[in-house]
Amino acid sequence: MSESSEIQAFRADARRWISDNFPPSLVGVNLSIDEEPGSEVPTDLESWRQRLAERGWGVPTWPVEYGGAGLSHPQAKVVAEELSQAGAFNHIPIIAGMGVTMVGPTLLEYGTDDQKTRHLPRIASGEIRWCLGLSEPNAGSDLASLSAKAQDKGDYFELNGQKTWTSGADISQWCGAVVRTNPDVPKRDGISFVMLPMDQEGVTTRPIRLISGASPFCETYFDNARAEKIDLLGKLNDGWSVVKRLLQHERQSQTSARSSVGSEKPESLQDAAKRYVGSNGDGTLADADLRLRIADHLMASQAHDLTVDRIRAEAKGNVEVSAVASILKNSATDIAQIKAELTMEIQGSQGLGWEGANFTDEELANVRGWLFGKATSIYGGSSEVQKNIISKNILGLPETTQKG
Amino acid sequence: MAALTEEQSLIQDQARSWVTEQSPVSQFRAMRDSAVDVAFTADNWDAMVKMGWTGILVPEQYGGSDLGYLTFGVILEEMGRQLVAAPLYASALVGASAVLLGGSEEQKQQILPKVVDGSEILSLAVDETPRHAPFQTALQASASGDGFVINGSKTFVLEGMAATTLILAARTSGSVGDRDGITLFMVPANAPGISRERMHTFDSRGFANIRFEQVAIPADAVLGGVGEGADILEGTLDRARAGLGAEMLGAAAQAFDLALEYLQTREQFGRVIGSFQALGHRAATLFTSMELSRSCAEAALQAIDDNADNVAELVSLSMCKVGDFLHEMSNQVIQIHGGIGMTDEFDAGFYLKRARVLEALYGNRAYHRDRYACISGF
Repeated sequence: MSESSEIQAFRADARRWISDNFPPSLVGVNLSIDEEPGSEVPTDLESWRQRLAERGWGVPTWPVEYGGAGLSHPQAKVVAEELSQAGAFNHIPIIAGMGVTMVGPTLLEYGTDDQKTRHLPRIASGEIRWCLGLSEPNAGSDLASLSAKAQDKGDYFELNGQKTWTSGADISQWCGAVVRTNPDVPKRDGISFVMLPMDQEGVTTRPIRLISGASPFCETYFDNARAEKIDLLGKLNDGWSVVKRLLQHERQSQTSARSSVGSEKPESLQDAAKRYVGSNGDGTLADADLRLRIADHLMASQAHDLTVDRIRAEAKGNVEVSAVASILKNSATDIAQIKAELTMEIQGSQGLGWEGANFTDEELANVRGWLFGKATSIYGGSSEVQKNIISKNILGLPETTQKG
Repeated sequence: MAALTEEQSLIQDQARSWVTEQSPVSQFRAMRDSAVDVAFTADNWDAMVKMGWTGILVPEQYGGSDLGYLTFGVILEEMGRQLVAAPLYASALVGASAVLLGGSEEQKQQILPKVVDGSEILSLAVDETPRHAPFQTALQASASGDGFVINGSKTFVLEGMAATTLILAARTSGSVGDRDGITLFMVPANAPGISRERMHTFDSRGFANIRFEQVAIPADAVLGGVGEGADILEGTLDRARAGLGAEMLGAAAQAFDLALEYLQTREQFGRVIGSFQALGHRAATLFTSMELSRSCAEAALQAIDDNADNVAELVSLSMCKVGDFLHEMSNQVIQIHGGIGMTDEFDAGFYLKRARVLEALYGNRAYHRDRYACISGF
């Protein structure tokens, strides 16, 4: 398909700006360094963040008044393509934690003008990282049964309780939390969504170590923590509708089966397989059974990508968060988990390493990804919860879970 | 991948209302019960010709509308939903594709207008063994005088009983299994020495076994170059498979709708059975499979229209993904309906029977999984 002249001109502009502004020293930089608490951010990376933020390209489709660039989806796609082409990247969605993908879009929809003006620009610039206090030890898939409570203290709410799986809580400056504001009504009718700063006496965090080792997840404790009344998002006791929308944005952000940042193209699964397993004389993989399972995986992955494209095309570029996200989340999750399993199988005993010089970085990375990847079918609404959503919201079948 | 154009949406609406009103599955049932050898009704065929469906792929200078494969697929999907039995696909898609890819100007002028007006029904005769294997062609075409003499047989020829012209893959050189040495011929189905026998498949469609004994044909019956038929054959088969994917998707989508309606209305234990999570999750899984396979089916058709260089890859992807969905859905439509699904009086069995035949027609999932892996370089 040929591009319109308008888009072509936009592309040329974008390319020029990137070449003028992206510090070449950052090509191939390891972005995960930023995830470690207390780590120093390289000067070039910081200045690149500032330039991206000034341009509004941290969140290109957000309105200009809130720190975005007001771009259309096709324009934003061009920006992403040109960044990747130049070996550059937009790391603001990463350093903003849950800010860009989840909090921001929900604020745009539910926030007051005051809330949007105070919070959105600093998400858009990557200055403030957000975490989300949703799950609790006894409220996982059944999130609505949550028990962390917020008491009305006049100007503010006083929070008490425990959140878990708060990703990045130990390095975030702000938190969006769902809390119980009325215990005497059915569980979904007494929940509110509040926003609060993390740097206060009543908030403590403890990192969670996973089967894959260190993780971004934390336990977060509220002991008389304070959330201002002006930071109540949506109406009092109407937090369930806010969080449902938030979770749709979460699914939407988890629908890509492709890995995101990074300019170097990784070795294909079939090439890796030939390298480790060997080929027959006719070029087919020596392990015929593995070969067909790899083919199945590659097809599933291609079918997923084609479906993302199709849904986008049918929506004429305006991809609304919708129930379809549940389909894509499950599909992306399956594909990524199977890929990690296949990679391990391909690598044989070299795929079983935990650490040490006997294993390559790629081999070790697959192991950690394989283990951590088990979480993807649990968080963001487990695969089973997604199927409940599909059967109820898309297919119109009666609700199978218990209301309360 | 594009969404449907306005024109394609209109054709889809037209096809859907015609199929549901004029040719619902009850009509297929009536045809089956009448046990005719030519497995379609003349009224249906005339209506399709009048609606222009036989000319969808044919350029305007030969009387068609040249709307392309995705448009044809839109119609085939609707036909698949009601299991319409007609030679439209065999003639106006598969046969016409072979002529468009391999035919000389003269051949196109001679045959295509008749495909469009419905007076000619084309059929591709490719397989000779029980499993699809296009290059296993053994049917012998020996040079004789100015022309050729053909001996051998073909099996599982779609609409083989109704066909007026056969497009044959025959061997003019090389040995069985070779890509080289295959030649395509366009031969009148009533030529002396050709005998056809109905192959009574369980889907009640009009398949035939065809024998060729000393069939003399002129040199100008060759489609493309002598010994160079493999590329045309493969191109034709990929177009055939892309269209087949659309019909398979339609049949599976209708089976899904039947099952979903049953889940929403059938009550047991005092509640509709769709409220049981085991069934709700199964429906969600099938729906996911339908959405994913639809993307593949449409992408394969679109790739042909775009002249893309990855047609073969997308076609095999479509055959596998749509095949997965249809296979599972055709089993589940019976399982979900329980006892009623087992009765001949209910339509579910028709979908199961049609499914297995379509799955086998131009390469089953194993065939296309292997082909996809080869194309992907491993």
